[in-house]
Amino acid sequence: MPATFEPLATTTLSSAAATVTFSSISGSYTDLVLVVVSKWTGSGNSSYGMRFNSDSGSNYSRTYLLGDGGSASSARATNQTSTLNGQVNPTEWSPAIFHIMNYSNSTTYKTIVSRTDQTGSYVTAMVALWRSTNAITSIDLGYFDASGNWASGSTFSLYGIKSA
Amino acid sequence: MATTYEAIATVTVGSGGAANIEFTSIPGTYTDILVKYSLRGSDAANYINNRISFNNSTSNYTSKLLYGDGSAAASVNHSVTTAIDFSAYSTGTSATASTFSNGEAYIPNYAGSNNKSVSVDHITENNATAAIAALTAGLWSDSAAITSLKITPGSGTFAQYSTATLYGIKKN
Repeated sequence: MPATFEPLATTTLSSAAATVTFSSISGSYTDLVLVVVSKWTGSGNSSYGMRFNSDSGSNYSRTYLLGDGGSASSARATNQTSTLNGQVNPTEWSPAIFHIMNYSNSTTYKTIVSRTDQTGSYVTAMVALWRSTNAITSIDLGYFDASGNWASGSTFSLYGIKSA
Repeated sequence: MATTYEAIATVTVGSGGAANIEFTSIPGTYTDILVKYSLRGSDAANYINNRISFNNSTSNYTSKLLYGDGSAAASVNHSVTTAIDFSAYSTGTSATASTFSNGEAYIPNYAGSNNKSVSVDHITENNATAAIAALTAGLWSDSAAITSLKITPGSGTFAQYSTATLYGIKKN
């Protein structure tokens, strides 16, 4: 049976870093999955985001569904400079799984479906959009709208998914 | 290129039902593990919370739930601390026949020395009102590597044909 879930790259931070980048991403898959387990060096809860192909323009949007243990809510942000589709806090290793759909085609805008979890703050489900038809060849992850860095020990694993 | 998604073991509940589904002797050779399941409870209730625990430990668990039941969305902190209660709401014996609730629990860095985070996505749909879509954040505040994993119904047993498969995920 052919492998359909293949590891492309992994980064484990040995010291705090502002940005984590996956570059030269092969276009030979149909989807990408990015698994992040992280803390950050800032205070309280924060959002992090992705930028694709170094695009820092206002070409990103996202909608989320969030639970804080007391209530559920949903909100939307448009014309952002990154996807803002990850949640983190400084005390709990927070898992996040991002599905980047049809990342390598050159005909559609790119959609990212994600889940992030912290028992101390939020459970979230999000969808983000990058309004570009360019194939994704690089991903920057960072706190583009907050003051803080990825904490040492944070892990980032990128997988390629092939269709049948 | 190496395969990263490997099936470690599958459990299928037999005709007598089962008090739990357990995976033991989980090798530490992966970076993450994932369990996918299809469950039905033997209890009469429509809803039966399910619980996941590690290494036979019954302490230091917390979980937070976000769910929708077809009419509203809500979020709660679970009071259960003896396991991660993921409110899976197995379909009980009074629920629609032959329906099973399905989901997956993703556990990154399960063999490391940090506390263990768990991300659970779960649904029950039965062409009636007893349906739910639930997302759960779970945490086991323990530095031990996970070597066994147990899924337990909150009451009753798991019914025949309930299944769970454990996968190991390797990164580059």
